Amino acid sequence: MAIVSMNEKVIVAENLTKKFGDFTAVDHISFGVHKGEIFGFLGANGAGKTTAMRMLSGLSMPTSGNAMVAGFDVYRENEKIKRNIGYMSQKFSLYEDLTVRENIRFYAGIYGMSSHFIKEKMGQVLGELHLTAEGDKLVKSLPLGWKQKLAFSVAIFHEPRIVFLDEPTGGVDPVTRREFWHMIYEAAASGITVFVTTHYMDEAEYCDRVSIMVDGRIDALDTPQQLKKTYAAESMDEVFLKLARKATRAAD
Amino acid sequence: MKQFFAFVKKEFYHIFRDRRTMIILLAMPVVQIIIFGFALTNEVKNSKIAIWDQSKDAATASLINQLEASRYFEVEQSIHTAKEIESIFQKGEIKLAMILPQHFDEDLRHFNKAQVQLIADASDPNVANTLTNYASAIIMDYQNRITHEKKLPYTITTEMRMLYNPELKGAYNFVPGVMAMVLLLVCTMMTAITIVREKETGTMEVMLVSPANPLRIVIAKAVPYFLLSMVNITTILLLSVFVLDVPVNGSLVLLVGESLLFTLVSLSLGLLISTKAGSQQTALFISLVGLLLPTVMLSGFMFPIENMPLPLRTVSNIVPARWYYSIVKSVMIKGIGLNAVWKETLILSGMLIFFLGLAIKNFKIRLA
Repeated sequence: MAIVSMNEKVIVAENLTKKFGDFTAVDHISFGVHKGEIFGFLGANGAGKTTAMRMLSGLSMPTSGNAMVAGFDVYRENEKIKRNIGYMSQKFSLYEDLTVRENIRFYAGIYGMSSHFIKEKMGQVLGELHLTAEGDKLVKSLPLGWKQKLAFSVAIFHEPRIVFLDEPTGGVDPVTRREFWHMIYEAAASGITVFVTTHYMDEAEYCDRVSIMVDGRIDALDTPQQLKKTYAAESMDEVFLKLARKATRAAD
Repeated sequence: MKQFFAFVKKEFYHIFRDRRTMIILLAMPVVQIIIFGFALTNEVKNSKIAIWDQSKDAATASLINQLEASRYFEVEQSIHTAKEIESIFQKGEIKLAMILPQHFDEDLRHFNKAQVQLIADASDPNVANTLTNYASAIIMDYQNRITHEKKLPYTITTEMRMLYNPELKGAYNFVPGVMAMVLLLVCTMMTAITIVREKETGTMEVMLVSPANPLRIVIAKAVPYFLLSMVNITTILLLSVFVLDVPVNGSLVLLVGESLLFTLVSLSLGLLISTKAGSQQTALFISLVGLLLPTVMLSGFMFPIENMPLPLRTVSNIVPARWYYSIVKSVMIKGIGLNAVWKETLILSGMLIFFLGLAIKNFKIRLA
């Protein structure tokens, strides 16, 4: 388990709300995420997970409420937030027609890393991924599992304080998912806070704390053990089903 | 700045690795010039003509000789009845018949007046028009020659000169048109498609989360296409000067400068489309139907704007290629300077500011 520093909060949301016209996608959510924590963000499709994450990562302006990410305000210090976070989207986000090294160099270049840093860290990252021999191959020639792991390495290459993962393990086989979670633990152990959305309830068990969103609100927030106790459930799956049954909003 | 180059470099990788697209981009101007220059020509060269010479005297022989001596006509067949005309037209190879009535020479000498009848196959009105014009010009020429020899007291002679394009070459018309089309395709369509592709694959989202300035991302995407259009402009100009014998009569600097301006207008249109289109197909569709079609139809390149009905003429004003086409024709063919094309230049600059502003505004709204 990662060492979580309970007294330092890197994400604080207070009554964070996003409205699209009459539709309230995210409805007054409040929570805090500690440094080095793996924070699971669960919810059915259309519950508002992605919208909440987009507000925290600076892609979308909140309608009301407050939020601080890495110590910066989401309204005014958007650019500073962007420098301190990494992001891995639901869609596979590397360039298929670029080689492994070119992808790393490009994304590191965006974050303004020096070529010396890039060179050194690239050797290390490729070694950890066992991709040193494949460094000059086009990404499209890699199997999906490797691509996904590479995408995660690229997202934390610039050593951000927080990394946002939006359903990172979609369509990946169970073995690769385990390996992927191993990488997440390592990142958390090195002090990176991991904010992850997922559909897989077994993955929810791996998180330090889990929040469950229903109809744009956070209905439950605690450690997996505590949640199971509170809802008298055997597994996170059961917890989720008990909460999700109350949902009135149709999944999209 | 380093960040910016990282973007431009990545964009070049995309283009160079997609060999098919790159070949299309670079070969397109060459193919278009060849197609328009050698295949789709409405010039008259060695067109076959049938002649019904009813008088067979010195004057008609001399006129027929002159006709044959020109490189426009080839006397293919002599006919002897009116019915024959229709039967040869129906075969389709001969499109013009000239009838010289009896006593042609005598009429000419005694009454100072003789008649020639030209009958054309007008199932294709453009060809018929061109052929009869050429034939009349040759007959006029012949008339001038004989009246000059005879020194008649009162004659009015019409002298025609085709300024800027004495040989009436079609290339003078289509080279500027091809330039407008190629620039529009490369800049607008390709830029729109590559930006929308990044939206589709999700890489755009990752870049928007990064500290990279969104505007700079988009400009970096346009740079390679801007350079590619420069290559294409050079290819087209070299081909037109050395292969089609179309000279650059005016200032080359001005011509290139105006082309850069039009390239920027096309790029900003590409950006604008990319902010509106959700998929690559949509971007392609808008570029082709919304831009290429009006460019071909309404820029004056295929059909003269002066002959269009008022509504179409009005619409043609908002087609950027119309103004660029007019500029290229003036600078390249007529050889006139900025003082004659400042109005068009101003309109294009205005369009640039308008489209670019709109594109940037939409881009920002999407981010919020």
